[in-house]
Amino acid sequence: MLLPYWVCPVATLHAFANPARFLKIAKPMTAALFWAGVALVVLGCWAGLTQTPPDYLQGETVRILYIHVPAAWLGMGGWSGIAISSIMFLVWRHPLASVAARAIALPGAVFAALCLMTGSIWGRPTWGTWWQWDGRLTSMLLLFFVYLGYMALANADADRGGDGRIPALYGIAGSVLLPIIRYSVVWWNTLHQGPSIGLTQSTIAGSILWPLPIMLAGFTFVFAGIVLMRMRTILAVAKTEARMRRMARP
Amino acid sequence: MKAKHQRLTLALLALGAVVVAGLLALSALKDQAAFFYAPSDVRRDGLPLGRAVRLGGMVEGGSVKRAADGVTVHFVVTDGQATTPVVFAGIVPDLFREKSGVVAEGRFEPNGHFVASNLLAKHDEKYMPPEMAGKMHETKTLEPDAKQ
Repeated sequence: MLLPYWVCPVATLHAFANPARFLKIAKPMTAALFWAGVALVVLGCWAGLTQTPPDYLQGETVRILYIHVPAAWLGMGGWSGIAISSIMFLVWRHPLASVAARAIALPGAVFAALCLMTGSIWGRPTWGTWWQWDGRLTSMLLLFFVYLGYMALANADADRGGDGRIPALYGIAGSVLLPIIRYSVVWWNTLHQGPSIGLTQSTIAGSILWPLPIMLAGFTFVFAGIVLMRMRTILAVAKTEARMRRMARP
Repeated sequence: MKAKHQRLTLALLALGAVVVAGLLALSALKDQAAFFYAPSDVRRDGLPLGRAVRLGGMVEGGSVKRAADGVTVHFVVTDGQATTPVVFAGIVPDLFREKSGVVAEGRFEPNGHFVASNLLAKHDEKYMPPEMAGKMHETKTLEPDAKQ
């Protein structure tokens, strides 16, 4: 099937529409991504804890950023993944896309929660409060709840033999939060500071910033490894259930 | 048009609509969702009297004065266009200092003064090691024009 060039990245994924082919590649990739990610996280933690200077104002608490920023990035990136998978499922009826969206939901929610917790731990000494209902904090908390809602909906849909269309619609609708979280600190006045890291420059000094890309890459690899692991689990469960049904037939 | 292309168009339209809805919600909520009043908001819109509000801005340089009782602090909050005098009795956060961001929770008095019941330090987006901070920077995060 020929597709226009602008759907090329998607077109290459069609090669994996066949779960058997996907599983063949996913199996070695799971361990490779996960352990490469763990190694990078260990390296990043060592660098962030021992090799960087403290901040002139925050002191040592600045080091929370090496966990907080990757967690926020994956909390939001996870939902982008759910939204893209949902579109692929609705448009191309790609069966693995809905499996991917379901697999992303749990680690996405865990990283969103990690982002909220590390932010709270940083906020107490820096701002003088664990929690405030400002635009950034509230919209991130909403994203966490939206994740929980997605998991409940997707599991209920799968249990009742649904076709996955309703969770996919929810996945697209939930992306309304992504621009709100991103721009909350720019357009509203908030307690949370504005963006430190832009596409071309950063207001974080280089000597403090450099372990962050290592941590970002490490967290992302671990996340990808977990998603592949969960996708394989979902496929294995489906296979087992199909076999059980066949065996139960008289 | 094949059914697949129709679904692709619909899905992309839906995603676009959702993102635009988010951006519209952001701009529509601009006033209601503000975490604090800036001194120039108060000058423009009048004093929000009789309810608990937050006032945010920079602590003006040289304005922090501690009263003789040891717990009362007087200072001036500025956003570069207007100023509001604030009085607070209690323990100030570690990061509370002049020329740095602050969010005060409390009430306005009819004379335009602000009585704070709690202070929060606002951190800006600049992170640097202590030796770089020797060339002390002026924080400008809370001034509306410098925000972009």
